[in-house]
Order: sequence, then C-alpha cells, then structure tokens
Amino acid sequence: MTKIRFLHRGEIREIHDPDPNLTVLRWLRENEGLTGTKEGCAEGDCGACTVVLGSLDAEDQLIYRAVNSCILLLPVLDGKQLIAIEDIGTPDDLHPVQDAMVASHGSQCGFCTPGFVASLFAEYHAEAPATDQRALAQSLAGNLCRCTGYRPILDAGLAALKTAGKDKFQARRADTISQLKAIERAGTLTTNYGGRSYSAPQTIEDLAALFEASPDAKLLAGGTDIGLEITKGRRSLDTIIYTGMVRDLTEVTTNETAITIGAAAPYTDAVPALTKDFPEASELFSRLGAVQVRNLGTLGGNIANASPIGDTPPVLIALSADLVLRQGKNERQIAIETFFTDYRQTVLRPGEFIARIIVPRRNQANLYGFYKLTKRFDQDISAVCGGFCLTVRDDVVTEARLAFGGMAATPKRGHTAEKMLIGQPWNGASADLAATALGDDFTPLSDFRASADYRRLSAQNLLRRFWLDTDPARDAQPTGVLDYV
Amino acid sequence: MSNQHMGKAVPHDSAAKHVTGQAIYIDDIVLPAGHLHGYVSMSPKAHAQITSMDLSAVRTSPGVAAVISATDVPGAIDIGPVLPGDPVLADGWVEYAGQALFAVAAGTESEARAAAKRADITYDDLDAILDIETARAQGSYIVEPYAITVGDAQAALAKSANQLSGKLAIGGQDHFYLEGQVAVAMPGEDGDMLIYSSTQHPSELQHLVAKVLGKSSKDVTVEVRRMGGAFGGKETQAAPVACQAALLATATGRVVKVRLDRDDDMMATGKRHPFHVNWRVGFDADGVLDAAAFDYLADCGYSPDLSLAILDRALFHADNGYFLKNALIRGFACKTNKVSMTAFRGFGGPQGMLGIEAVIDDIARHLGIDRLDVTKRNLYGRDGTRDATPYGQRVEDNILPELIDQLEASSDYRQRRTEITAFNASHSHLKRGLALTPLKFGISFTATFLNQAGALVHVYNDGSIQLNHGGTEMGQGLNTKVAQVVADEFGVPLDAIKITATHTGKVPNTSATAASSGTDLNGMAARDAAQTIKARLAAFAAEQLGADGENLSYADGNVLIGEKTLTFAGFVRQAYMHRISLSASGFYATPKITYDPATRQGRPFFYYAYGAAVSEVVVDALTGEHRVLRADILHDAGRSLNPALDLGQIEGGYIQGLGWLTTEELWWDGEGNLKTHAPSTYKIPAAGDLPADFRVAFFQGENREDNIGRSKAVGEPPLMLASSAFFAIRDAVASVAGNRLNPSLDTPATPEKVLMAIEDIKQRRDTEQ
Ligand SMILES: Cc1cc2nc3c(=O)[nH]c(=O)nc-3n(C[C@H](O)[C@H](O)[C@H](O)COP(=O)(O)OP(=O)(O)OC[C@H]3O[C@@H](n4cnc5c(N)ncnc54)[C@H](O)[C@@H]3O)c2cc1C
Ligand code: FES
Ligand code: FES
Repeated sequence: MTKIRFLHRGEIREIHDPDPNLTVLRWLRENEGLTGTKEGCAEGDCGACTVVLGSLDAEDQLIYRAVNSCILLLPVLDGKQLIAIEDIGTPDDLHPVQDAMVASHGSQCGFCTPGFVASLFAEYHAEAPATDQRALAQSLAGNLCRCTGYRPILDAGLAALKTAGKDKFQARRADTISQLKAIERAGTLTTNYGGRSYSAPQTIEDLAALFEASPDAKLLAGGTDIGLEITKGRRSLDTIIYTGMVRDLTEVTTNETAITIGAAAPYTDAVPALTKDFPEASELFSRLGAVQVRNLGTLGGNIANASPIGDTPPVLIALSADLVLRQGKNERQIAIETFFTDYRQTVLRPGEFIARIIVPRRNQANLYGFYKLTKRFDQDISAVCGGFCLTVRDDVVTEARLAFGGMAATPKRGHTAEKMLIGQPWNGASADLAATALGDDFTPLSDFRASADYRRLSAQNLLRRFWLDTDPARDAQPTGVLDYV
Repeated sequence: MSNQHMGKAVPHDSAAKHVTGQAIYIDDIVLPAGHLHGYVSMSPKAHAQITSMDLSAVRTSPGVAAVISATDVPGAIDIGPVLPGDPVLADGWVEYAGQALFAVAAGTESEARAAAKRADITYDDLDAILDIETARAQGSYIVEPYAITVGDAQAALAKSANQLSGKLAIGGQDHFYLEGQVAVAMPGEDGDMLIYSSTQHPSELQHLVAKVLGKSSKDVTVEVRRMGGAFGGKETQAAPVACQAALLATATGRVVKVRLDRDDDMMATGKRHPFHVNWRVGFDADGVLDAAAFDYLADCGYSPDLSLAILDRALFHADNGYFLKNALIRGFACKTNKVSMTAFRGFGGPQGMLGIEAVIDDIARHLGIDRLDVTKRNLYGRDGTRDATPYGQRVEDNILPELIDQLEASSDYRQRRTEITAFNASHSHLKRGLALTPLKFGISFTATFLNQAGALVHVYNDGSIQLNHGGTEMGQGLNTKVAQVVADEFGVPLDAIKITATHTGKVPNTSATAASSGTDLNGMAARDAAQTIKARLAAFAAEQLGADGENLSYADGNVLIGEKTLTFAGFVRQAYMHRISLSASGFYATPKITYDPATRQGRPFFYYAYGAAVSEVVVDALTGEHRVLRADILHDAGRSLNPALDLGQIEGGYIQGLGWLTTEELWWDGEGNLKTHAPSTYKIPAAGDLPADFRVAFFQGENREDNIGRSKAVGEPPLMLASSAFFAIRDAVASVAGNRLNPSLDTPATPEKVLMAIEDIKQRRDTEQ
C-alpha cells in the first residue's frame, strides 16, 4: 500500500492508493465536497475547473501554475501543492483578485468565475504579471466566459495585478517551501487501485525499465490528450506510467549547436528556449492551447500523439529537429519527419518512448516562418499549420523545408513546392511558384474545422505570407491582423 | 420616494459568492445518501422508425435502479411547451440525432452510462431533411407559410427606379451557458415532487413535470436559486432533463439528478435558429426604399417548440429601424431532422434585422453612397410621418436619428472612413472595414398574455424583508435590480432585503424570464407588493398614530410620519402589534399592448429599445483571418436602474453577438450529427477577441412609457450591436474589388468564409473587366 502526498489547505494530505483515473476535479467535488471548482466541459477547454498547482523548481523556488483540474489525474498531485477556489479567499476575507472582480463587476452568472479567479491568482504570483490588456487576455485565453464579454474581468485583473505578489500565500511562502520539501519523494511512486496501477519513476533508467517490462502501459505526460480519453472517451487507463517526475525528461538545455528539450518538459518550460532562437514561432506557441494546457502539455506528448493537426511537428520538421527514442537501455536518434508513418502511426516500438527533442540552433543564413490558422485565434486547434525554413545563399534558395499540419494524414513536407524553390531567388514570384506546386503535394480533407478548398488555398497563401514576412525590403508595415492589436 | 438605490451601480448580490466559489448551483447541492444519477440515452439517427428496443441488459447492468422508456411514462409523453411535438422519451420513432431514447438511474453516472450502452435497439431509417432548402422544396413546414404586409410591395417594386436582390444564410448558435442543463428531482409524500432546476421558466417546468407524472401543478414544486447562464437556452430546454429526473425519481422513490455533460448538452438541446433570408428591394437614387420583399426561412428543427413566436419576432424586426412603405415579409417555418431550435437572446429579432442590414449594405455599395447615409435616409420619421411599422404599431419615440448622429461624431466615423480608404488603397493584403449599424428592438412578449408577473414581499417584524418574484436569476442581476426597487420603496438599505430563490410555491403562474422582460415585469410586480404593504401601513399610521397617510415617507431606514421619525423596524413592529398584515403579493400586467395574430396587426410592443454600434475590423486577404480593432457603442437603456449591470449586458451582448457572427460554427455532417459539440470544436469568443479599443456609452434619455424607473430592458438588444462587426468585415471584403461589388458572405464569417468571399469577389471583378 502506498500513499500519495500533497499539500492542500495548509496541510499535507495523504491518500492511499487513489484511483489513477480519478480527476482532481471529481476528487474535489465528489470526495471532498468542495464544489466551488466547476465543470464546464471536462476537456480542458473552458477553464471553469481551473486550480493552481504549487511546486518547487530546480532552484527550490515556489512556482504557481494554473491547470485544468478536469483532465488532471489525482496521483499527479504527489509532491505538489493544490490550491482551489475555496483556499484563495472567502466572502469575509477576499483575495485581492477576488476583491477586484467584485469591484469591477467581473461576474454575472458566476459559473466561470472561480476558474478566472484561479487563473488570476496564478498570474498574481507569476514572475512578470501582465500589465496590459493584450497580455492579460493571453493569460486568460483558457478561461471562457459567456456572460461578461471579458472587459470587466480584464479590468479587474489589471487592477489587482498592480499589487501582485502581496498576499497571504506570499507571506507563507517559506513554510510552503519547507512543507513541499518534506513531501519530496526519493524513488518511484507506485500505487495500485483495484486493477489499476500508476507509477511515477524519477530517472530515465527506471522509466525505461518499467516501460520495457510493461509495454502495454500508457505513458502519461501532461495528460492534455490522454486525460480526455478518460473524461470524453470514457475509457479506463489501467496501467499508467507518469513521465512528469523524470528529471532527464523534463530538462531543457541549450548549447552551441542545439537546443535539447526533454520530452516531458511542459510547454511553459520548453517554449522560451525555442522562441529565444526562433522568435518567429512566438505567436504560434502563444496560441497553442492556452496557459492551463501549456502548463501541463509537452512536446513529447504532442509528437507521440501523432495527430495530423498537432502544432509542433510542422515547426520541428521545419527546424530539422531530431528525436532521441529510448527502449530499455538503447537509444536511437531519428529525424522527426521520419517519425510519422501513417495516420496516428509512428515508428515507436513496444516499450520505446521519446526521450528528448534536439533542435539545431538558429542558422543566420536561414529564413523562418511559423503559422497557425484557426477559427478563433486563441486556444483553437489548427485547420492548417505551417512551419517553413529556407536557406538562402548568394540570393538563391539552396535548401527548403515547407512542413504542414492539417493537410494530410500525417504532418508532412511539401516536396514538390520545395523543389520549385531550389535554385530560385526568394521573392514574390518564387513564392507564387511554390504555392502553385503545393497543389501537387497535398490533397487535404474537408471537416468541421475547414474545407479542403480552404486548406489548400490558405496553405498556398501562407507561402505568400511567408515571403511578405521575410521580404528584406519589408518596411514596418504589419503583415498579419494580430500585429494590429 | 427616495432614490437611494435605483440608478446606482450596485454590485450583483451574489458577487462575493461568485468569486469565492460559494454560490450554489444545482450540481453543488448536497444530496441525501442513496441518491441516484440519471443518464439519458440519445438517438444516433436523424430520422428513423424504432423497430425494437430491448433494454433487458441495461436493467441488469451493475448499479442500475431503474430504466424507463416512453411506455413507462405514467402521464403524457409529449412535453411540447406550446404545441405538441416533443416527446420526453422517444415514442416509436426518432426525428433527430441526439433525441432522448430512454433513461437510466444508477448509483453513479458512469454506471448509468455503461448500462445505457448495453441497449439493443433496431431502426428502420427514414429520409432525413437536413437543410432549409430541402425543407422548402418538399414543403416541410411546422406551420403554413405566412406574411406581414403593408402597402403593395409587388406593384411598388415594379415601379422602382432601382432594384436589387440578394440572399443571406445566417448560422445558428449554441447557447454555451457555462453550466449545462441539470435538474434534481426529490420525491415526497403522495407522489409529490420537488424539483431543483436550472430553468428560466419554473412554472412551465412545474406544469410539464406534473403532466408527465399524470399529476397536477399543485403536486409539483420547482425551485431555482440561480443559473450558470441561460440566454434563452433554459426557457424550454430545461424541461426535458427535469421531467426525466422526475420520472426516474417516481420509478425509484429516490432522489435523482440528471445532468448533461457538455457534449450531450450540445447534441440534445436546441439552439438559435439558422435562417435563410432572400430579398428583393426597390429604391430611389438616394437609396431610399420604395418596396421590400423578404422571405425569412427558419430552420426550426424537428418540432415547433417556440419557433412560431421566434419567426414572428424575426418578421417584426425585418424593418429594424427603417420605414417600409410597401413590404411583403414572408415567414417559412421549415421542419428539419435536427434538434428543435429554440429561444436565444434576441429570439429571432437578430436574424430579422440582419436581413435588412444586408439590404442597406448592398444598396449603399450599388449606389456608391456610404452605408451610414443610406441608413440615415431610411430611418423612421420623427414627426408623425413615416412612423408606421409593417405590423401597424407606430414608432412613437424614435430616438435613432439623434443617437446615430451622436455616435457618428463620437466615433469619428467620417474621418476614419477616409483613413481606411487610404489604408486599403496602399496595402496589398490587409484590408480594413468600418460599419455602423443601428438597432430597434421591440420590448414585450409578442404573445400578449405572457406579459404578466407576480411577486411576494414579506416584511418581518424586525424590519427585515424577504423578497420573492417570478423572475429567475441567470447572471443578469435581476434579483439585484428588483431588490433596488423594493429597497427604495421602503427606504431601507439593500442588506435589509433577502432575495430568495424563485419558487413556484411562492409566486404561481409566472412567465419565463425572457424577452428582456425580467426587470420590467418583476420590478413592477414587486413594487406593487411593496405598495400594498405601504398602503396598509399608511392606513395604520393614520388610524393609530394620527398621521396623514399621504405624508408618510420612507428613507435611510426611517419612516417620516408627519413630524415624527420612526425607525422602519420600530414602525413595522408597531404595525405588527396592531395586527397589520406585513406580507403582500404584487402583480403587474403590461399596459397598452394588443396584437391580433389573425391580421398580424396591432401593438405587440410596449416600447422599443434602441442602440447603435460602429465596428472597425482588419481582414487578411490571404487567410481570411480578421480582428475587431475598435468598437464604439451607444445604447439606450432608458434611465438605467443599474448602470454597472446594464453595461455588463451591453458588453456581454456585443461579444456574444460577435461570436455568433464570426467564430461560432455549428457543423452537421451528412447524417445529421452535430460535429461541433464541445468547446474544442465550437468556438465562442475568448478574452483576446475583445476589441482592443472598446468604448461603450449609454444614450441619455428615459423611457417615455411608465416602465419601472423609466428604464428600458437591456437583456437582448445589445446582441444585435455586433452586426456592425459583420458588416465591417463585408466592407473590408468589398474593398478588395474596389467597393463596388457586393460580397457573398454568409454568417458566421469564419476565416474560411471570408477568404472564399474574397476569392469570389476577385473573380467577379476580373470577369467584369
Ligand atoms: C484545451 C486543449 C487545447 C489544445 N490545443 C492544442 C493546440 O493548439 N495545438 C496542439 O498541437 N495541440 C493542442 N492540444 C493537444 C495537446 O495539448 C497537445 O498535443 C500536447 O502537447 C500533448 O502533450 P501531453 O504531455 O499533455 O500529452 P499526454 O496527453 O500526456 O500524452 C499524449 C500521448 O503521447 C504519449 N506520450 C506522452 N509522452 C510520451 C513520450 N515521452 N514518449 C512516447 N509517448 C509519449 C502518451 O502515451 C499519449 O498517447 C490541446 C489540448 C487541449 C486539452
Ligand atoms: S471543465 Fe472545462 S476546462 Fe475543465
Ligand atoms: S459570468 Fe457567466 S460565464 Fe462568466
């Protein structure tokens, strides 16, 4: 019998062998009778269930992150602090963000409100809290409100964030850190509930050994894809191996030649290293899911999920990234574009997992562009996603990588279009040529996200847009509608 | 009467509970041990005969306490709110994918779901009608097509100097209230039933639960503390889950909760009606309309629900703020094999207005005149001429000309138009667009008898007050506003008043909290109740305290009786000691309204609410992506009872309307299955969609009718302000081809629709040259 331990309401909670398929939301509402946290969708998309997780970073600093409790599995709390709406404040003792929400008339029906308060609370404790409407809207993109139209919520947030970091949680920080240190775990956590097991190894060797021994286990990283198998697919996951505690898998390092991203590092930790070299990808990553999803979701999960509409594969293919795959004691390194074999099929062998992603550093001779087309700008799955990289030497394109998501059964390069560009100067006419050739590369499908016609035409136009964005003669004129806001 | 609270920006009475998670919604209620969870199995077929339904394996599944199908319903199966057509459980055939088949009660929700999967049901497929055009071609209607007419549109059209025709397909909209449909049924003695429901219409729900149980209204009680959003989606659509919960509770004798998860909710419950509008108009060289013929085709889905009233309201708003001398406005209530479309903020009005706004837009471009000028030239008159609507009501307080002038100036409309034209000429693929659209929205239920309300006020002998009324709280702040009214009647602070849950045992026979009428009706009824008590107190004061009853005044927690000042608590205590009743019910029926459905003429509306908005957008002609850069709104809430809450309705309405017209796409597959049934696929606006520059102001004025505090209803109208964004997008698209051709752009104007409209207009431009 093992128990998971986490900090909740100032105390260390111990739960013996919890059901690993139980979500934190259901645990709060059904087991604990804490009904302040709401369910609006059970798929990570509305934010009504937002709670805050406290954990220690590599320097033992306490960090608070908003996550969606509806897709967060209970044992993942092991070693962390859970803060739900009931803990943030009470009507007689409102937290500054709650106070501001009341003063700004930020709630109407109130159903979304606890989630907004939780997100604002995390922002209140962020390293650099938002100071303008656009930045705060980004931080709240994972919280939907159907009543207010958001203006009063944004006003409340901006008002409260002016005094950020000055609350009772801040005052208790040192205590919280020592409590968290006290529940740090040395080895692998293993729990058993009925027929369901959950293990959380801490080293890559242990992970490899565990997965090799039970290759039918489900690897759980952020759970932003497989959490939905439980809440939406209503399937039961019987053997779960959690990768989020594996140190080697959560590290992000940069050296002279490459950026190496542990497969289980959440976007929040991984993305800054990428956008530092490739600022062209900033907008795309800021629109991949929203804060709550990026605080949990990982590159490894996105790649392994092998969805044709995942956003990182086109980016990584354009960047010539490699994957290091591990099975038992063996590692192999492959180019990411060879990873996908068919619709949701990959080269992964039984018991093999993605250990890390290796991205070559920026090449100054290269031009980069990354694009995501969606119905709604924030937190929407791409209809088309494009990752482009051109090497231009002596005014001639010598290498081209034009990768697309949403255009085929797998993330895929447009080889015909690429060939059109080699040996050509990079200009509007070449972009047109490549765009036309792209018609031979892809036969996209129609579905509820977009029609085949739109996918084809907009993908072609993204190449034209790429030219406009990289035109050396480009003046300060914006090229995209988001540049205006 | 002192005016301590009315007109003030008092916060929502539940605000502190909202922000701390302590506001209780149905799913948060602590239920007794042994309660059950109901799950309702849904049809996978859009149209089919059920040839067999074997539920034996469901019954023996673990945890199952009861399984019911139509044959187990003790009372009536049909729960159609106005006309029959909505079976509580499928009765032999199914008419849309998502229709309720049978219901299971089990110890947990997952047991109930797992059990339901074991059903063995066979079907004979029938032809399904999945779109408006097919319905029209096959004559598949809920009622026969009908028309509102004024003058002679055909003759006037023939004589007109200019003619144009066009069509617009308008998408539906899911309510996406954050709290899904949910109800708890608690059986009592004698088979009585207490229902906790998230409903806008407790009285109808009470009636329908009684009907399916084979009981009468006296046996059923419905309570609603608050809803987590509704927007019309809980007017009739709350009833099925409540009835199913009541049936399961009766079958088991236990408490049963039925709560739809997001996907089930979106697949099973009604939405805003998709419409097609086809029009032909005649106009003079200035763009002034001589004649207009409109066909409004509504996709009603499989049953009548409220569709007829909704189509009526669409036709009543085909004029928006414009005078139509000769008009033929036809309505077609198309019956399709989709979920039954239902009430949604605006109730057909928005679709009605969108039609004529497209007309104004097209005329402007056709004549090369700014759409604002065409708008102004067609407005109703202010001098008793050009003031009759097609249905015969006179527009008595037309403030639109003034309101539009103010907005034109405050938004710098003309100057921005010049700037935008220059920008578009100089920019290759980014195009900006600008549009001002007005709105005029009729306030009252168009079914006249619904315009009534009741309230119940108890003054306790310690001076505290309990207030109850027939309206329901869904976030709009109705309870706060009504409390403001009552607080001012008694001159007491707001915290002396407790607003309690809406309860059919306290106020009977209520109308839905809908049609923006909540405050108008319930505020008046609550005031009537308070005044009844005050009349008794005045008589008491005259008799016992020798005061002149007329001279009582209530303020600051005190009562001024002649020269004497008593505390309110002390005064009511004295009255109590003298055996004066301190409890009263109040009632209100809206005056002046009459409407004859046979002639389609009359005065269906007590008054009109007005507003206008200017939106500016930027469109990417390479991808169709777009963004609202700035929105300026001037809205008429009369003399606002609570500017903070009213502002919330205006801003929230605009953003909700923006979602309807741009990102929210309902997508059914070829078999009639809704594929966008969760927030992952159905995209309502997010915080980033708020215009970076958003300027909202109230039009200064008061209601010319004696409405509560001279205010105006503000729930629905602001949604229509968002049409300015749609026409701004249209403007930007048209600029790709020199602003001469009219874009073919339907709603929602997703990036895809916008890009396709751009491609289409480019092609037309090129073939023209
Ligand atoms: C609200 C919401 C919005 C989203 N928006 C986007 C978006 O904009 N763009 C986008 O691309 N995606 C989006 N997603 C999908 C999802 O967030 C991403 O795919 C995410 O990167 C998945 O990572 P994860 O760590 O959560 O994966 P998990 O759910 O933990 O795992 C996903 C799959 O990968 C496997 N796996 C995980 N790690 C490894 C490993 N190291 N080796 C081998 N297999 C592994 C798991 O077994 C599982 O099959 C969204 C999801 C949600 C809920
Ligand atoms: S309930 Fe919607 S994100 Fe969790
Ligand atoms: S206040 Fe109702 S959803 Fe936000």
